[in-house]
Formats: sequence, structure tokens, C-alpha cells
Amino acid sequence: MTAALEHCGNPSSVHRWGRAARATVERARIAVAALVGAPAEAVVFVSGGTEANHLAILGAGRQRVLVSAVEHGSVLQAAPTAEHIPVDRDGVVRLDLLNLMLGKAPSSALVSVMIANNETGVIQPVAEVAAIAHAHGALFHCDAVQAAGKIPLDASVIGADLVTLSAHKIGGPPGAGALLMPGGLDLTPLLRGGGQERGRRAGTENLLGIVGFAAAATAAAEIAVYDCVRTLRDALEAEVIAAAPEAVVIGNAAPRLPNTTAIAMPGTAAETQIIALDLDGVMVSAGAACSSGKVGPSHVLKAMGVAPDIAATTIRVSLGWGTTESDVSRFLQSWTALYRRRRGFAEKARAA
Amino acid sequence: MNLPRVPPLVPDGANTPAIYLDNQSSTRVDPRVLEAMLPYFTEHYGNPHSTSHAYGQVAAESIERARDEVAALIHADPREIVFTSGATESNNLAIKGAAHFVRTHPQGVQLRDHIVTLATEHKCVLESCAQLEREGFTVTYLPVEPDGLLALDKLAAALSERTLLVSVMAAHNEIGVVQPLAEIGALCHGKGVLFHSDAAQAAGKIPLDVEAMHIDLMSISGHKMYGPKGVGVLYVRRRPRARLLPLIDGGGQERGLRSGTLPTPLCVGLGRAAAIAGAEMAEEVARLRGLRDRLYQGLARRVPGLGLNGNAESRLAGNLNLTFPGIEAPTLIEACPAIAISTGSACTSATIEPSYVLRALGLPDTLASTAIRIGLGRFNTAAEVDFAVDALAAAAARLTAENGVRQPSGVPT
Repeated sequence: MTAALEHCGNPSSVHRWGRAARATVERARIAVAALVGAPAEAVVFVSGGTEANHLAILGAGRQRVLVSAVEHGSVLQAAPTAEHIPVDRDGVVRLDLLNLMLGKAPSSALVSVMIANNETGVIQPVAEVAAIAHAHGALFHCDAVQAAGKIPLDASVIGADLVTLSAHKIGGPPGAGALLMPGGLDLTPLLRGGGQERGRRAGTENLLGIVGFAAAATAAAEIAVYDCVRTLRDALEAEVIAAAPEAVVIGNAAPRLPNTTAIAMPGTAAETQIIALDLDGVMVSAGAACSSGKVGPSHVLKAMGVAPDIAATTIRVSLGWGTTESDVSRFLQSWTALYRRRRGFAEKARAA
Repeated sequence: MNLPRVPPLVPDGANTPAIYLDNQSSTRVDPRVLEAMLPYFTEHYGNPHSTSHAYGQVAAESIERARDEVAALIHADPREIVFTSGATESNNLAIKGAAHFVRTHPQGVQLRDHIVTLATEHKCVLESCAQLEREGFTVTYLPVEPDGLLALDKLAAALSERTLLVSVMAAHNEIGVVQPLAEIGALCHGKGVLFHSDAAQAAGKIPLDVEAMHIDLMSISGHKMYGPKGVGVLYVRRRPRARLLPLIDGGGQERGLRSGTLPTPLCVGLGRAAAIAGAEMAEEVARLRGLRDRLYQGLARRVPGLGLNGNAESRLAGNLNLTFPGIEAPTLIEACPAIAISTGSACTSATIEPSYVLRALGLPDTLASTAIRIGLGRFNTAAEVDFAVDALAAAAARLTAENGVRQPSGVPT
């Protein structure tokens, strides 16, 4: 990436400085496309997952938009009038209901379902979603931001017409993302101007971000490391349940990303847990980062039918490829210590 | 000033001189900016919106520092700074956002459906306006004077009680002319019209003061002022508030005006770039003006009929837009492979049409097709300027001889 900073050229300029920058962008396009087994020309570079989701949903220009109830805020807000496809108690989208919803009004529609949820890690049956959408003549958009680099992805298996990727969720820099159109589609652009990205996204390409994105995409192909992460995550959950039998692991009956776990400590507010963990040097969050600092329960947990008192005590723990066993024990020590203190208080309160 | 000197990049690795004179297209990231950015790629990678933990807090604080730095450059309040992915997005957000807000909130707002801009604006402004026309808004594309400047009486005549927004570029990307911003702003505010200015080329190069200039919305780009590509700013006035409808919704970042995780290292880079540009502006403007005059005078002595497009006084210090009568610009550029120059805007440089900007100045196509843009920047030296003068003058002389164009008599050699 630092080599890319040496490029002073604008990729749209025709002199060799510009051509060198252009070549860099095109090499990166191949690497990013390869992450999901798509052709390079399918890639439109944008400023991140949020913009890609907007471009997909607004740019497709379909009258009807159906999104799962657990989608990321950027999808939900890009389509404020969208119909919400319900999920079951494990957070998995209801295929039968999707089929019914699409069948009841035959009009051109777009279906948007994420591969893996950012708060719970629950993985959706996207290939089936694609098949149902296509059977009804609908387009299928798949937000693969959280899944990319953690589980194998193949655009032809997913069957999506539009796929969203984000660089900073796969170890690349923030400020870069991509919308992929494996089958080629005519989109109405969100940003108009110099006609970059073949008219689908104007603006000088974020060269540095794109190079970093490509490097991260190449590295992310080595997803085998996530097998180790899964082992660590499963051990963490087992220890949590062993120490606190009333703790809840959200969505644990569904297939999930290997690195994500959403754990509720009933009776202790998520914010209390986060602060206690932070004091012990462990960083976790109470759900989506973009919603943190805001009050109100998670729409994801609500859609899954998680009781409000459980939802309010749920924290999200996401492990990275660099997370070690000692990191996990540090979390467990801090979390179980807090749990015991809280239970102690509760018992004293009852005794008093 | 102790500027780190970077050897010019030779992209093909050839051992030939390479001089980058296309700083209106893009600029090299200043090494000091890079130094400021690097830790945010490696150590401080927290999500700036995960403010419940220390990783996120470090990122969030650094972004707020960057916001302060950008605000200081244009005399704004940090709360008026909205980070975007670049000036194209800022321009789209300002123009479409202001128009869409008025359309969706008609209550209490006098119906305003008219936008005024210049025929010479950047493509992303013109394209945003064209989209609004398709949506039913009316757009007036004002002509400019032969020197590229807007005549204020024409603007005054174009404004009506239906006008909601005026969009005028602060400093031009092709011809470098600096518009009378304070006067334009005063006219707009006298009529209750929002004033947007695309300052992608101007920020960090000329003094900008959103208060004194009555600016409501202003677009800034990172990579035009020695910061990184992929980041920009839209200044959005708070008092009285310039109301916009966002283009990108989602997590509600940037006060709901621009959702999406902020790219911490890019924001830090833009902030540092703004701070450096502000601190060094006076000195750097004087230096660049000297280099530019040296380049122009050197060429004028040796190239018969050399023309300068755009007002010579009200102009960016580093910019020249020159016509070489009888020599097609792409031919001249090809004849000088060691120098990075362009025919105009990078976005349109792959097209062979003469620049619509030069046409708007009244240049005939035969002359407009001979125009090149030279953008001097922070890392250019007097030696590079002298090399460029030699290379361009020699190439021009050779091409003129090959073309058999008669040299005007009495031109000193």
C-alpha cells in the first residue's frame, strides 16, 4: 500500500503516471474479483460497504424491495419502504415466507439478504434465496461484507446478481469497498461526474484503499486460519456456558461465522459488561459499531424474537485471525469475574 | 521550511528524467501526511464508531482532530465538516442533497426549484445538475467571460425567488481561475439562496473563509492537496443551517448526512494535509507563483504565439493553461514523454473532444485542441521547470517545423 502512495498519478490521466495508477487499479480489480470467483469486469470500486449497498438497492431501480429483517442498517435505510422477510428464532431467513411474499404480487423486485449477520454471525441459505428470487424474476443482492474472507465464497454458487464487499472487514483499509455484478447489470449510478468505473461510480479511485483491498482479498483466500478461530470461539462459548449456565449464545443452532459470537449475561446490561471488559483490556461491543453509542435494542435480536431483557444484556465478541488462546482466557477471566460479582450482588440483594 | 524531497516517480522504471507537472489532476501524498496516516493502518485500527472501547476511542479522537484541522483551514466549526469519499461525492451530496431536501420538505419553505451554475463547472457538478433537470428542477448554466470569470451582473440577473442553490467552483480545475467568491456569496445570501462552491482545487491553495465568503456548502478533496485519494469533505453550514437529504443512509455517521464507517487513516491524512497546507500557504503560493512565471516566461520567449487561457491575475499560483498554435495537444504531450502534463481534466482526458471549458471561453476548436494544462505543485523545483521549458519549447519548434507552419516574424529566439 505504501508503494501506492508513491503514485501521484490520477488513474484517469493518459500520461504514464496515470497509466501506472490505472494498471494498479486493474490488477487490484482482478484480486478482489477472485475473492468471490467473479470476473474482474464485475467489480465496481466504491467507498465502502454502505455505499455498495446503496448503489445495489437504489441503482437496480426495482419497484419492490424485499430485505431480511436482520440486514445491516445500510441496507434497511437504503430501502426504507422495503418489505421485511422474517427470520426464525435462530436468525435464519424464512424461505417459505420469502416464496409467498414474492408470489403474492408479481412485479419486478429486488431481494437483499446478507450472507452472514454482523451481530450474530448467523449464515443465511443464500443459494436457496437466489433460486427463489430468480424463480420469481427478481434480482438478488447479497451483502457479503461480514462473510468475505471468513468462509469460502463463490459467486456462481451464491447466485447473486449483486454482491457487496468491504475492505476493512477483511483486514484491508477502511474507505474502500466494491459492488460486484457477476452477471453484468445496468445500474443507475449514485455518484455522477467523470465517468469512472465505466460510468457506474464517478470520482477519482481511492488508489491506496483499492491496493490495500486487493492485498487483503489475496490474503483472505487463506481462510484455513479461521478453522483455528472456530476452535477458539467454540471453546470460549463452552467455557461461558460452563461458568454461567443461564448465559445465552444467540443463534447457536444455526450455521455461523467461525469468529463471531453474541453472548447474553442475563441481568447485566451490555454496557456494564463492555466497560468492565474494557477496564481489563478486552475490547468487545454491544452489536453493530455504527449503532453503538445509540440507545435502543438491536433490530437483529428483536427480529429473532429475543426477549428485550436478554437483548439488552447481549455483547458481540468477534475474534480475528490474530486472536490467541491467551486473549480468549483473558476475556473469560474478566467476563466470569464480572458474572460472579453480579451474582454475588444479586444474592446479597435477595438476602437483604 | 524543511520540505522532504522525494525523487520523482518513474512509473516504468526507466532511467529517464520524469517530471510530474499534473498537480491539478492529482498530487503526491506528502511524506509528512503519510507518516501521520501509517499508525492508523497498523496499530490504531479500531472502528471509530465503536466508541465503547479504547481502540475505537483512539480512532474517533484522531478523526475529531482531523475535523478540527480541516475546519481551521476554511474558518469553519468542526461540527460543519462532513467526511466523504471525495469531492465527487461532496458535490453530488451538496447539489442533489439540497435540491432533494427542498422537494421533500415543502412545508415552510417557499417553493424553490431553480439551480444556477456555470457552463465551466466540473463534470460531477454538471452531471448532478443534469440529473436534477430530469427530475423536474430548472438549471441555468451561466456563461463565463472570455477570461473564465463569472460576471456578477449575469449572476444577479439569473437569481430569482425560485432559486435554491448557486454552485460555482472556487478555483478551476483546467484554467485555474479563481472566482470572486465573497461577491457571489453576498449576492446569494441577499436573496436567501444557498451558495455551494467546489473547492477541490482551491482548498489549501488560496485562503478560504466560509464566513467572509458567505459559503453554505463547500467541497474539498484529499488528493488534490497532497493528501490521500478516497477521502474528501463537504462543509455544511450550521447557522443558518444548510439542509440536505443524505445520498447514503445507514449507521447515521457524520450527523446522519453520510453513513458508512469513516476511513480513519484517510481522514487523518486529509486533516494533516489541511494543516500543512494552511501553515505553509503564504510561502508556498509565493514560491509556486515564481516557478509558474518562470515557466510561462521561458516558454513565451521561445514559442511563437503561445497563449494563456484564463485570467492571469485571479488564478491558482501553480496553474497554466497554454495554447500552442498549430500543434495538437496530444502530439505535443507525446513528444515530451518525460513530463506529465495533460490536455485538461483527467476524467475526460481519454476523450479527443476539445475541452468544453475552453469552448465556453470562446476559443475556436482549432485553438482549444492545442491547449495543455500544467499544474505545478509542492514538490516541483526550479530545475524541473527549466527542464520542462526546454523540452516543451524544443518539441514545439520541431513539430512546428514538421507541420510547415510559417513562423510569425520578429519573434525573439
